[in-house]
Amino acid sequence: MDLFLQRLFDGLTNGSAYALIAVALVLIFKATTLVNFAQGEQAMLGAFIVLQLWNWGLPMWVAVIVGMLISGIIAAGLERTFIRRFDPADHLPLVIITLGLFLVLNAVAAIVWRYDPLAFPQLFPHGSAITIGNARLSWYSIFAFGSCILVLLLLHVLLNRTKIGLSFRAVSSNLESSRLCGIKVGPTLQFGWALAAAAGTFGASIYAANPVLQIEPSIMLRALIFSITAAALGGLDSLWGALLGGLTIGFIQSVLVQYIPFIPNEMTLTATVVVLLIVLTLRPSGFLGTKTVERV
Amino acid sequence: MTDVLLKAENLTASYGQIEVLHGISFEVYDNEIAVILGANGAGKTTTIRALSGMVETTGTITFKKEDISEFESDAIVRKGVAHVPQGRGTFPELTVEDNLRVGAFIRSDNDVQNDIQNCYDTYPVLFERRTQTAGSLSGGEQQMLAVSRALMSRPELLLLDEPSLGLAPQIVEALFERFLIMNKDHGTTMLIVEQNAQLALGMADRGYVLEAGEIVIEGAAESLINDEAIIRAYLGG
Repeated sequence: MDLFLQRLFDGLTNGSAYALIAVALVLIFKATTLVNFAQGEQAMLGAFIVLQLWNWGLPMWVAVIVGMLISGIIAAGLERTFIRRFDPADHLPLVIITLGLFLVLNAVAAIVWRYDPLAFPQLFPHGSAITIGNARLSWYSIFAFGSCILVLLLLHVLLNRTKIGLSFRAVSSNLESSRLCGIKVGPTLQFGWALAAAAGTFGASIYAANPVLQIEPSIMLRALIFSITAAALGGLDSLWGALLGGLTIGFIQSVLVQYIPFIPNEMTLTATVVVLLIVLTLRPSGFLGTKTVERV
Repeated sequence: MTDVLLKAENLTASYGQIEVLHGISFEVYDNEIAVILGANGAGKTTTIRALSGMVETTGTITFKKEDISEFESDAIVRKGVAHVPQGRGTFPELTVEDNLRVGAFIRSDNDVQNDIQNCYDTYPVLFERRTQTAGSLSGGEQQMLAVSRALMSRPELLLLDEPSLGLAPQIVEALFERFLIMNKDHGTTMLIVEQNAQLALGMADRGYVLEAGEIVIEGAAESLINDEAIIRAYLGG
Protein backbone atom coordinates (compact mmCIF):
# COMPACT_ATOMS: atom_id res chain seq x y z
CA MET A 1 0.00 0.00 0.00
CA ASP A 2 2.75 2.40 0.97
CA LEU A 3 4.57 1.52 -2.18
CA PHE A 4 1.48 2.17 -4.27
CA LEU A 5 0.99 5.55 -2.63
CA GLN A 6 4.63 6.40 -3.19
CA ARG A 7 4.24 5.52 -6.85
CA LEU A 8 1.16 7.74 -7.13
CA PHE A 9 3.08 10.61 -5.54
CA ASP A 10 5.94 10.10 -7.98
CA GLY A 11 3.47 10.07 -10.81
CA LEU A 12 2.01 13.38 -9.63
CA THR A 13 5.44 14.97 -9.75
CA ASN A 14 6.35 13.93 -13.27
CA GLY A 15 2.77 14.28 -14.47
CA SER A 16 2.64 17.95 -13.49
CA ALA A 17 5.73 18.75 -15.51
CA TYR A 18 4.43 16.82 -18.54
CA ALA A 19 1.12 18.60 -18.17
CA LEU A 20 2.77 22.03 -18.39
CA ILE A 21 4.66 21.17 -21.58
CA ALA A 22 1.47 19.54 -22.89
CA VAL A 23 -0.40 22.79 -22.20
CA ALA A 24 2.14 24.65 -24.32
CA LEU A 25 1.65 22.13 -27.14
CA VAL A 26 -2.12 22.45 -26.82
CA LEU A 27 -1.98 26.25 -27.10
CA ILE A 28 -0.17 26.02 -30.44
CA PHE A 29 -2.33 23.14 -31.62
CA LYS A 30 -5.55 24.98 -30.77
CA ALA A 31 -4.45 27.97 -32.80
CA THR A 32 -2.89 26.25 -35.78
CA THR A 33 -3.68 22.50 -35.57
CA LEU A 34 0.07 22.08 -35.66
CA VAL A 35 2.18 20.08 -33.22
CA ASN A 36 5.21 22.19 -32.44
CA PHE A 37 8.05 19.70 -32.11
CA ALA A 38 10.37 22.46 -30.93
CA GLN A 39 8.20 23.13 -27.87
CA GLY A 40 10.35 21.00 -25.53
CA GLU A 41 13.58 22.61 -26.72
CA GLN A 42 12.10 26.09 -26.44
CA ALA A 43 11.19 25.18 -22.86
CA MET A 44 14.67 23.80 -22.21
CA LEU A 45 16.24 26.98 -23.58
CA GLY A 46 13.90 29.02 -21.40
CA ALA A 47 14.95 27.04 -18.33
CA PHE A 48 18.62 27.67 -19.19
CA ILE A 49 17.87 31.38 -19.43
CA VAL A 50 16.28 31.18 -15.98
CA LEU A 51 19.40 29.44 -14.70
CA GLN A 52 21.65 32.07 -16.27
CA LEU A 53 19.65 34.94 -14.77
CA TRP A 54 19.80 33.23 -11.39
CA ASN A 55 23.58 32.79 -11.73
CA TRP A 56 23.81 36.50 -12.48
CA GLY A 57 22.22 37.17 -9.13
CA LEU A 58 18.50 37.55 -9.73
CA PRO A 59 16.23 36.08 -7.04
CA MET A 60 15.08 32.70 -8.34
CA TRP A 61 11.39 33.50 -8.84
CA VAL A 62 12.23 36.80 -10.53
CA ALA A 63 14.56 34.80 -12.75
CA VAL A 64 11.71 32.42 -13.62
CA ILE A 65 9.33 35.23 -14.55
CA VAL A 66 11.93 37.18 -16.54
CA GLY A 67 12.97 33.91 -18.19
CA MET A 68 9.36 33.26 -19.20
CA LEU A 69 9.14 36.77 -20.68
CA ILE A 70 12.39 36.37 -22.60
CA SER A 71 11.44 32.97 -24.01
CA GLY A 72 8.04 34.44 -24.96
CA ILE A 73 9.80 37.20 -26.88
CA ILE A 74 12.13 34.67 -28.54
CA ALA A 75 9.11 32.57 -29.55
CA ALA A 76 7.38 35.64 -30.98
CA GLY A 77 10.53 36.28 -33.01
CA LEU A 78 10.69 32.66 -34.21
CA GLU A 79 7.04 32.81 -35.25
CA ARG A 80 7.57 36.03 -37.17
CA THR A 81 10.78 34.84 -38.84
CA PHE A 82 10.09 31.21 -39.67
CA ILE A 83 6.42 30.39 -39.29
CA ARG A 84 4.38 33.30 -40.60
CA ARG A 85 5.89 33.32 -44.07
CA PHE A 86 4.31 29.93 -44.77
CA ASP A 87 0.72 29.11 -45.59
CA PRO A 88 -0.87 28.09 -42.27
CA ALA A 89 -3.03 25.52 -44.06
CA ASP A 90 -0.05 23.62 -45.46
CA HIS A 91 1.34 21.68 -42.51
CA LEU A 92 4.26 19.78 -43.98
CA PRO A 93 6.68 22.73 -44.33
CA LEU A 94 5.70 23.97 -40.89
CA VAL A 95 6.28 20.61 -39.23
CA ILE A 96 9.69 20.41 -40.88
CA ILE A 97 10.49 23.89 -39.61
CA THR A 98 9.56 22.98 -36.04
CA LEU A 99 11.75 19.87 -36.34
CA GLY A 100 14.56 22.09 -37.60
CA LEU A 101 14.07 24.48 -34.71
CA PHE A 102 14.20 21.48 -32.38
CA LEU A 103 17.71 20.62 -33.62
CA VAL A 104 18.94 24.21 -33.78
CA LEU A 105 17.75 25.15 -30.28
CA ASN A 106 19.29 21.98 -28.85
CA ALA A 107 22.60 22.80 -30.53
CA VAL A 108 22.49 26.42 -29.37
CA ALA A 109 21.98 25.34 -25.76
CA ALA A 110 24.82 22.82 -26.07
CA ILE A 111 27.17 25.46 -27.47
CA VAL A 112 26.35 28.03 -24.80
CA TRP A 113 25.97 25.81 -21.72
CA ARG A 114 27.81 22.58 -22.74
CA TYR A 115 26.53 19.10 -22.07
CA ASP A 116 27.63 18.95 -18.42
CA PRO A 117 24.64 18.80 -16.07
CA LEU A 118 24.23 21.96 -14.00
CA ALA A 119 22.38 22.47 -10.72
CA PHE A 120 19.08 24.29 -11.15
CA PRO A 121 17.79 26.64 -8.41
CA GLN A 122 15.58 24.82 -5.92
CA LEU A 123 12.31 26.64 -6.43
CA PHE A 124 10.44 24.83 -3.68
CA PRO A 125 11.18 23.87 -0.07
CA HIS A 126 13.00 20.60 0.55
CA GLY A 127 11.77 17.51 2.34
CA SER A 128 8.49 15.70 2.71
CA ALA A 129 5.26 17.46 3.39
CA ILE A 130 3.17 14.41 4.19
CA THR A 131 4.33 11.00 5.31
CA ILE A 132 1.85 8.13 5.22
CA GLY A 133 3.53 4.96 6.43
CA ASN A 134 6.65 4.80 4.32
CA ALA A 135 5.24 6.88 1.49
CA ARG A 136 6.47 10.45 1.33
CA LEU A 137 4.83 13.25 -0.58
CA SER A 138 7.49 15.91 -1.01
CA TRP A 139 6.91 19.63 -0.92
CA TYR A 140 8.32 19.64 -4.40
CA SER A 141 5.50 17.43 -5.69
CA ILE A 142 2.83 19.52 -4.00
CA PHE A 143 4.20 22.78 -5.34
CA ALA A 144 4.82 21.35 -8.80
CA PHE A 145 1.20 20.23 -9.00
CA GLY A 146 -0.09 23.44 -7.40
CA SER A 147 1.79 25.70 -9.79
CA CYS A 148 0.55 23.59 -12.69
CA ILE A 149 -3.04 24.24 -11.58
CA LEU A 150 -2.23 27.93 -11.10
CA VAL A 151 -0.87 28.26 -14.65
CA LEU A 152 -3.95 26.54 -16.04
CA LEU A 153 -6.28 28.83 -14.11
CA LEU A 154 -4.38 31.90 -15.31
CA LEU A 155 -4.50 30.69 -18.90
CA HIS A 156 -8.19 29.88 -18.53
CA VAL A 157 -8.93 33.42 -17.37
CA LEU A 158 -6.70 34.92 -20.04
CA LEU A 159 -8.40 32.96 -22.83
CA ASN A 160 -11.97 33.33 -21.61
CA ARG A 161 -12.12 36.72 -19.96
CA THR A 162 -9.90 39.01 -22.02
CA LYS A 163 -10.15 40.50 -25.48
CA ILE A 164 -6.85 39.04 -26.65
CA GLY A 165 -8.07 35.67 -25.37
CA LEU A 166 -11.30 36.07 -27.34
CA SER A 167 -9.37 36.88 -30.50
CA PHE A 168 -7.12 33.86 -29.89
CA ARG A 169 -10.14 31.58 -29.59
CA ALA A 170 -11.70 33.15 -32.68
CA VAL A 171 -8.55 32.55 -34.71
CA SER A 172 -8.44 28.96 -33.44
CA SER A 173 -12.02 28.45 -34.54
CA ASN A 174 -12.15 30.13 -37.95
CA LEU A 175 -9.21 31.89 -39.53
CA GLU A 176 -11.06 33.56 -42.39
CA SER A 177 -13.96 34.85 -40.31
CA SER A 178 -11.47 36.21 -37.79
CA ARG A 179 -9.97 38.36 -40.55
CA LEU A 180 -13.45 39.47 -41.54
CA CYS A 181 -14.07 40.59 -37.96
CA GLY A 182 -10.99 42.80 -38.06
CA ILE A 183 -8.67 40.52 -36.10
CA LYS A 184 -5.02 40.66 -37.15
CA VAL A 185 -4.39 36.93 -37.45
CA GLY A 186 -0.58 37.05 -37.60
CA PRO A 187 -0.02 38.93 -34.32
CA THR A 188 -2.69 36.81 -32.61
CA LEU A 189 -0.91 33.58 -33.55
CA GLN A 190 2.35 35.19 -32.50
CA PHE A 191 0.80 35.89 -29.12
CA GLY A 192 -0.14 32.19 -28.95
CA TRP A 193 3.47 31.19 -29.63
CA ALA A 194 4.76 33.56 -26.96
CA LEU A 195 2.20 32.33 -24.44
CA ALA A 196 3.03 28.69 -25.20
CA ALA A 197 6.76 29.32 -24.82
CA ALA A 198 6.24 31.10 -21.50
CA ALA A 199 4.09 28.23 -20.20
CA GLY A 200 6.68 25.73 -21.49
CA THR A 201 9.53 27.60 -19.81
CA PHE A 202 7.62 27.48 -16.56
CA GLY A 203 7.07 23.75 -17.03
CA ALA A 204 10.75 23.08 -17.80
CA SER A 205 11.80 25.17 -14.80
CA ILE A 206 9.53 23.15 -12.54
CA TYR A 207 10.85 19.95 -14.12
CA ALA A 208 14.49 20.97 -13.72
CA ALA A 209 13.87 22.10 -10.14
CA ASN A 210 13.20 18.47 -9.20
CA PRO A 211 15.82 17.78 -6.49
CA VAL A 212 16.81 14.54 -8.24
CA LEU A 213 17.45 16.21 -11.62
CA GLN A 214 20.03 18.55 -13.03
CA ILE A 215 19.67 20.61 -16.18
CA GLU A 216 21.44 19.77 -19.43
CA PRO A 217 20.50 20.41 -23.07
CA SER A 218 18.77 17.08 -23.61
CA ILE A 219 16.70 17.26 -20.43
CA MET A 220 13.44 17.75 -22.34
CA LEU A 221 13.91 15.10 -25.01
CA ARG A 222 12.15 12.33 -23.11
CA ALA A 223 9.78 14.77 -21.43
CA LEU A 224 8.68 16.08 -24.83
CA ILE A 225 7.65 12.64 -26.00
CA PHE A 226 5.70 12.06 -22.79
CA SER A 227 4.14 15.51 -23.13
CA ILE A 228 3.07 14.97 -26.74
CA THR A 229 1.50 11.70 -25.60
CA ALA A 230 -0.15 13.55 -22.69
CA ALA A 231 -1.52 16.25 -25.01
CA ALA A 232 -2.90 13.65 -27.43
CA LEU A 233 -4.42 11.70 -24.57
CA GLY A 234 -6.13 14.84 -23.27
CA GLY A 235 -7.53 15.71 -26.67
CA LEU A 236 -4.88 18.06 -28.17
CA ASP A 237 -7.14 21.10 -28.03
CA SER A 238 -8.11 21.09 -24.37
CA LEU A 239 -6.04 22.78 -21.65
CA TRP A 240 -7.63 20.77 -18.86
CA GLY A 241 -7.31 17.67 -21.02
CA ALA A 242 -3.56 18.35 -21.07
CA LEU A 243 -3.51 18.29 -17.27
CA LEU A 244 -5.50 15.07 -17.19
CA GLY A 245 -3.28 13.55 -19.88
CA GLY A 246 -0.10 14.66 -18.11
CA LEU A 247 -1.16 13.15 -14.82
CA THR A 248 -2.30 9.93 -16.51
CA ILE A 249 1.06 9.57 -18.21
CA GLY A 250 2.85 10.34 -14.94
CA PHE A 251 0.86 7.67 -13.12
CA ILE A 252 1.25 5.07 -15.85
CA GLN A 253 4.96 5.66 -15.87
CA SER A 254 5.40 5.17 -12.16
CA VAL A 255 2.71 2.58 -11.38
CA LEU A 256 3.04 0.25 -14.37
CA VAL A 257 6.76 -0.06 -14.03
CA GLN A 258 6.41 -0.92 -10.37
CA TYR A 259 3.77 -3.58 -10.71
CA ILE A 260 4.27 -5.25 -14.02
CA PRO A 261 7.57 -7.05 -13.70
CA PHE A 262 8.20 -7.53 -17.39
CA ILE A 263 8.09 -3.78 -18.04
CA PRO A 264 11.57 -2.50 -17.26
CA ASN A 265 12.19 1.19 -16.79
CA GLU A 266 13.33 1.54 -20.39
CA MET A 267 9.92 0.36 -21.52
CA THR A 268 7.92 3.16 -19.90
CA LEU A 269 7.78 5.05 -23.16
CA THR A 270 6.39 2.04 -24.97
CA ALA A 271 3.88 1.43 -22.19
CA THR A 272 2.54 4.99 -22.35
CA VAL A 273 2.23 4.87 -26.10
CA VAL A 274 0.29 1.60 -25.84
CA VAL A 275 -2.09 3.28 -23.41
CA LEU A 276 -2.42 6.20 -25.82
CA LEU A 277 -3.32 3.78 -28.61
CA ILE A 278 -5.97 2.11 -26.47
CA VAL A 279 -7.51 5.40 -25.34
CA LEU A 280 -7.56 6.90 -28.82
CA THR A 281 -9.13 3.75 -30.22
CA LEU A 282 -11.96 4.02 -27.72
CA ARG A 283 -12.17 7.83 -27.70
CA PRO A 284 -10.66 9.25 -30.88
CA SER A 285 -10.78 12.84 -29.61
CA GLY A 286 -9.05 12.05 -26.32
CA PHE A 287 -10.35 12.69 -22.81
CA LEU A 288 -11.63 16.24 -23.28
CA GLY A 289 -10.94 17.06 -26.91
CA THR A 290 -13.52 18.66 -29.18
CA LYS A 291 -15.22 16.23 -31.45
CA THR A 292 -14.99 17.78 -34.86
CA VAL A 293 -18.44 18.01 -36.36
CA GLU A 294 -18.74 19.80 -39.63
CA ARG A 295 -22.02 21.09 -40.90
CA VAL A 296 -22.31 21.89 -44.56
CA MET B 1 -29.11 59.64 -56.33
CA THR B 2 -27.05 60.14 -53.24
CA ASP B 3 -23.30 59.76 -52.88
CA VAL B 4 -21.27 56.82 -54.04
CA LEU B 5 -20.21 54.79 -51.01
CA LEU B 6 -18.21 52.09 -52.78
CA LYS B 7 -16.80 52.11 -56.26
CA ALA B 8 -14.96 49.35 -58.06
CA GLU B 9 -13.15 50.26 -61.27
CA ASN B 10 -11.70 47.82 -63.74
CA LEU B 11 -11.50 45.18 -61.02
CA THR B 12 -9.83 41.89 -61.85
CA ALA B 13 -9.37 39.01 -59.45
CA SER B 14 -7.39 35.81 -59.82
CA TYR B 15 -6.73 32.60 -57.98
CA GLY B 16 -3.15 31.85 -58.93
CA GLN B 17 -2.94 31.84 -62.73
CA ILE B 18 -6.67 31.79 -63.28
CA GLU B 19 -8.34 35.16 -63.72
CA VAL B 20 -11.94 35.02 -62.53
CA LEU B 21 -13.03 38.64 -62.86
CA HIS B 22 -12.03 40.41 -66.06
CA GLY B 23 -12.09 44.09 -65.19
CA ILE B 24 -15.54 44.87 -63.83
CA SER B 25 -16.76 48.26 -62.63
CA PHE B 26 -19.70 48.96 -60.37
CA GLU B 27 -20.90 51.29 -57.63
CA VAL B 28 -22.86 51.04 -54.44
CA TYR B 29 -24.66 54.22 -53.40
CA ASP B 30 -25.24 55.39 -49.86
CA ASN B 31 -28.32 53.83 -48.21
CA GLU B 32 -29.21 51.56 -51.09
CA ILE B 33 -29.46 47.82 -51.53
CA ALA B 34 -27.51 46.68 -54.55
CA VAL B 35 -27.45 43.11 -55.79
CA ILE B 36 -25.07 41.19 -57.98
CA LEU B 37 -26.81 38.31 -59.74
CA GLY B 38 -25.43 35.50 -61.78
CA ALA B 39 -25.24 31.77 -62.23
CA ASN B 40 -22.85 29.45 -60.44
CA GLY B 41 -19.27 30.19 -61.37
CA ALA B 42 -20.00 33.67 -62.73
CA GLY B 43 -17.65 35.22 -60.16
CA LYS B 44 -20.17 36.55 -57.62
CA THR B 45 -18.40 35.28 -54.53
CA THR B 46 -15.04 36.31 -55.96
CA THR B 47 -16.35 39.84 -56.45
CA ILE B 48 -17.40 40.17 -52.84
CA ARG B 49 -14.20 38.52 -51.61
CA ALA B 50 -12.20 40.95 -53.71
CA LEU B 51 -13.91 43.85 -51.94
CA SER B 52 -12.84 42.42 -48.58
CA GLY B 53 -9.23 41.96 -49.64
CA MET B 54 -9.41 38.18 -49.65
CA VAL B 55 -8.21 37.50 -53.20
CA GLU B 56 -5.50 38.92 -55.43
CA THR B 57 -6.88 41.89 -57.36
CA THR B 58 -5.92 44.64 -59.75
CA GLY B 59 -7.91 47.79 -60.45
CA THR B 60 -9.17 50.18 -57.81
CA ILE B 61 -11.70 49.87 -55.03
CA THR B 62 -12.74 53.12 -53.40
CA PHE B 63 -14.72 53.26 -50.19
CA LYS B 64 -15.88 56.67 -48.95
CA LYS B 65 -13.51 58.25 -51.51
CA GLU B 66 -10.52 56.38 -50.06
CA ASP B 67 -8.58 53.88 -52.13
CA ILE B 68 -8.77 50.58 -50.21
CA SER B 69 -7.46 48.32 -53.00
CA GLU B 70 -4.26 47.47 -51.16
CA PHE B 71 -5.79 47.14 -47.69
CA GLU B 72 -5.69 43.89 -45.70
CA SER B 73 -9.02 42.32 -44.75
CA ASP B 74 -8.85 43.43 -41.13
CA ALA B 75 -8.17 47.05 -42.15
CA ILE B 76 -11.15 47.03 -44.52
CA VAL B 77 -13.44 45.95 -41.67
CA ARG B 78 -12.07 48.81 -39.59
CA LYS B 79 -13.06 51.22 -42.37
CA GLY B 80 -16.69 50.11 -42.01
CA VAL B 81 -17.23 47.21 -44.40
CA ALA B 82 -18.69 44.05 -42.83
CA HIS B 83 -18.81 40.77 -44.72
CA VAL B 84 -21.10 37.80 -44.15
CA PRO B 85 -19.31 35.03 -46.01
CA GLN B 86 -20.92 32.21 -47.90
CA GLY B 87 -21.67 29.29 -45.60
CA ARG B 88 -22.22 31.72 -42.64
CA GLY B 89 -18.62 31.70 -41.38
CA THR B 90 -19.51 31.53 -37.71
CA PHE B 91 -17.05 30.41 -35.05
CA PRO B 92 -18.42 26.93 -34.37
CA GLU B 93 -16.53 26.27 -31.12
CA LEU B 94 -17.45 29.64 -29.60
CA THR B 95 -20.74 30.41 -27.87
CA VAL B 96 -23.35 32.53 -29.59
CA GLU B 97 -22.53 35.43 -27.28
CA ASP B 98 -18.79 35.13 -27.91
CA ASN B 99 -19.50 35.11 -31.65
CA LEU B 100 -21.24 38.46 -31.24
CA ARG B 101 -18.35 39.76 -29.12
CA VAL B 102 -15.86 38.83 -31.82
CA GLY B 103 -18.08 40.77 -34.23
CA ALA B 104 -17.48 43.84 -32.08
CA PHE B 105 -13.73 43.18 -31.94
CA ILE B 106 -12.80 46.43 -33.69
CA ARG B 107 -14.85 48.53 -31.28
CA SER B 108 -13.67 49.97 -28.00
CA ASP B 109 -16.82 51.88 -26.96
CA ASN B 110 -19.10 50.89 -24.10
CA ASP B 111 -22.18 50.15 -26.18
CA VAL B 112 -21.20 46.60 -27.11
CA GLN B 113 -23.38 44.93 -24.48
CA ASN B 114 -26.26 47.13 -25.59
CA ASP B 115 -25.84 46.10 -29.21
CA ILE B 116 -25.70 42.43 -28.20
CA GLN B 117 -29.03 42.98 -26.48
CA ASN B 118 -30.39 44.53 -29.68
CA CYS B 119 -29.36 41.42 -31.61
CA TYR B 120 -31.21 39.31 -29.05
CA ASP B 121 -34.29 41.52 -29.35
CA THR B 122 -34.23 41.05 -33.11
CA TYR B 123 -33.64 37.31 -32.91
CA PRO B 124 -34.92 35.97 -29.58
CA VAL B 125 -33.73 32.50 -30.54
CA LEU B 126 -30.15 33.74 -30.30
CA PHE B 127 -30.85 34.88 -26.75
CA GLU B 128 -32.20 31.45 -25.88
CA ARG B 129 -29.07 29.86 -27.30
CA ARG B 130 -26.55 32.47 -26.13
CA THR B 131 -24.47 30.00 -24.10
CA GLN B 132 -24.60 27.24 -26.75
CA THR B 133 -21.80 26.88 -29.27
CA ALA B 134 -22.52 28.30 -32.69
CA GLY B 135 -21.79 24.91 -34.22
CA SER B 136 -24.88 23.49 -32.54
CA LEU B 137 -27.26 25.95 -34.26
CA SER B 138 -29.40 25.15 -37.26
CA GLY B 139 -28.56 26.65 -40.64
CA GLY B 140 -31.13 29.41 -40.30
CA GLU B 141 -29.99 30.29 -36.79
CA GLN B 142 -26.38 30.35 -37.97
CA GLN B 143 -27.33 32.80 -40.70
CA MET B 144 -29.10 35.03 -38.13
CA LEU B 145 -25.95 34.84 -36.01
CA ALA B 146 -23.68 35.59 -38.96
CA VAL B 147 -25.70 38.67 -39.94
CA SER B 148 -25.94 39.84 -36.32
CA ARG B 149 -22.22 39.37 -35.88
CA ALA B 150 -21.50 41.45 -38.96
CA LEU B 151 -23.78 44.23 -37.65
CA MET B 152 -21.90 44.22 -34.32
CA SER B 153 -19.04 46.04 -36.06
CA ARG B 154 -21.52 48.86 -36.87
CA PRO B 155 -20.70 48.78 -40.57
CA GLU B 156 -21.60 51.41 -43.13
CA LEU B 157 -21.63 48.77 -45.82
CA LEU B 158 -22.79 45.19 -45.34
CA LEU B 159 -21.63 42.61 -47.87
CA LEU B 160 -23.77 39.49 -48.00
CA ASP B 161 -22.61 36.43 -49.90
CA GLU B 162 -25.56 34.24 -50.95
CA PRO B 163 -27.47 34.56 -47.69
CA SER B 164 -30.28 32.34 -48.98
CA LEU B 165 -28.03 29.38 -49.74
CA GLY B 166 -29.20 26.13 -48.17
CA LEU B 167 -32.06 27.68 -46.20
CA ALA B 168 -35.76 26.84 -46.27
CA PRO B 169 -37.95 29.31 -48.22
CA GLN B 170 -39.81 30.68 -45.16
CA ILE B 171 -36.53 31.32 -43.37
CA VAL B 172 -35.10 33.05 -46.42
CA GLU B 173 -38.16 35.26 -46.65
CA ALA B 174 -37.91 36.30 -43.00
CA LEU B 175 -34.20 36.95 -43.43
CA PHE B 176 -34.71 39.20 -46.43
CA GLU B 177 -37.54 41.07 -44.71
CA ARG B 178 -35.08 41.78 -41.95
CA PHE B 179 -32.54 43.11 -44.46
CA LEU B 180 -35.17 45.48 -45.78
CA ILE B 181 -35.98 46.71 -42.27
CA MET B 182 -32.29 47.21 -41.49
CA ASN B 183 -31.93 49.19 -44.68
CA LYS B 184 -35.02 51.38 -44.23
CA ASP B 185 -34.75 51.95 -40.47
CA HIS B 186 -31.01 52.16 -39.95
CA GLY B 187 -29.88 53.18 -43.41
CA THR B 188 -27.47 50.24 -43.64
CA THR B 189 -26.13 50.07 -47.17
CA MET B 190 -25.96 46.55 -48.55
CA LEU B 191 -24.37 44.74 -51.42
CA ILE B 192 -25.92 41.31 -51.79
CA VAL B 193 -24.67 38.56 -54.04
CA GLU B 194 -27.48 36.15 -54.88
CA GLN B 195 -28.46 33.36 -57.15
CA ASN B 196 -32.12 33.76 -56.27
CA ALA B 197 -32.79 36.64 -58.65
CA GLN B 198 -36.50 37.17 -58.06
CA LEU B 199 -36.07 37.37 -54.33
CA ALA B 200 -33.07 39.69 -54.46
CA LEU B 201 -34.46 42.05 -57.11
CA GLY B 202 -37.72 42.22 -55.17
CA MET B 203 -36.04 44.14 -52.39
CA ALA B 204 -33.07 45.78 -54.12
CA ASP B 205 -32.74 49.26 -55.57
CA ARG B 206 -30.30 48.34 -58.31
CA GLY B 207 -28.88 45.18 -59.79
CA TYR B 208 -25.91 43.95 -61.78
CA VAL B 209 -25.82 40.73 -63.73
CA LEU B 210 -22.48 38.97 -63.79
CA GLU B 211 -21.64 36.42 -66.44
CA ALA B 212 -18.30 34.64 -66.75
CA GLY B 213 -16.47 37.35 -64.84
CA GLU B 214 -17.96 40.33 -66.64
CA ILE B 215 -20.89 42.59 -65.91
CA VAL B 216 -23.31 42.14 -68.78
CA ILE B 217 -26.28 44.13 -67.55
CA GLU B 218 -26.90 46.79 -64.95
CA GLY B 219 -29.91 48.82 -64.04
CA ALA B 220 -32.69 49.63 -61.63
CA ALA B 221 -34.05 46.52 -59.93
CA GLU B 222 -37.57 47.27 -61.16
CA SER B 223 -36.56 47.38 -64.79
CA LEU B 224 -34.50 44.18 -64.46
CA ILE B 225 -37.25 42.24 -62.80
CA ASN B 226 -39.71 43.20 -65.53
CA ASP B 227 -37.44 42.40 -68.41
CA GLU B 228 -38.48 38.96 -69.59
CA ALA B 229 -35.50 38.61 -71.90
CA ILE B 230 -32.98 39.24 -69.16
CA ILE B 231 -34.67 36.88 -66.79
CA ARG B 232 -34.76 34.12 -69.37
CA ALA B 233 -31.22 34.62 -70.54
CA TYR B 234 -29.35 35.10 -67.29
CA LEU B 235 -31.48 34.54 -64.28
CA GLY B 236 -32.95 31.15 -64.93
CA GLY B 237 -36.65 31.89 -65.23
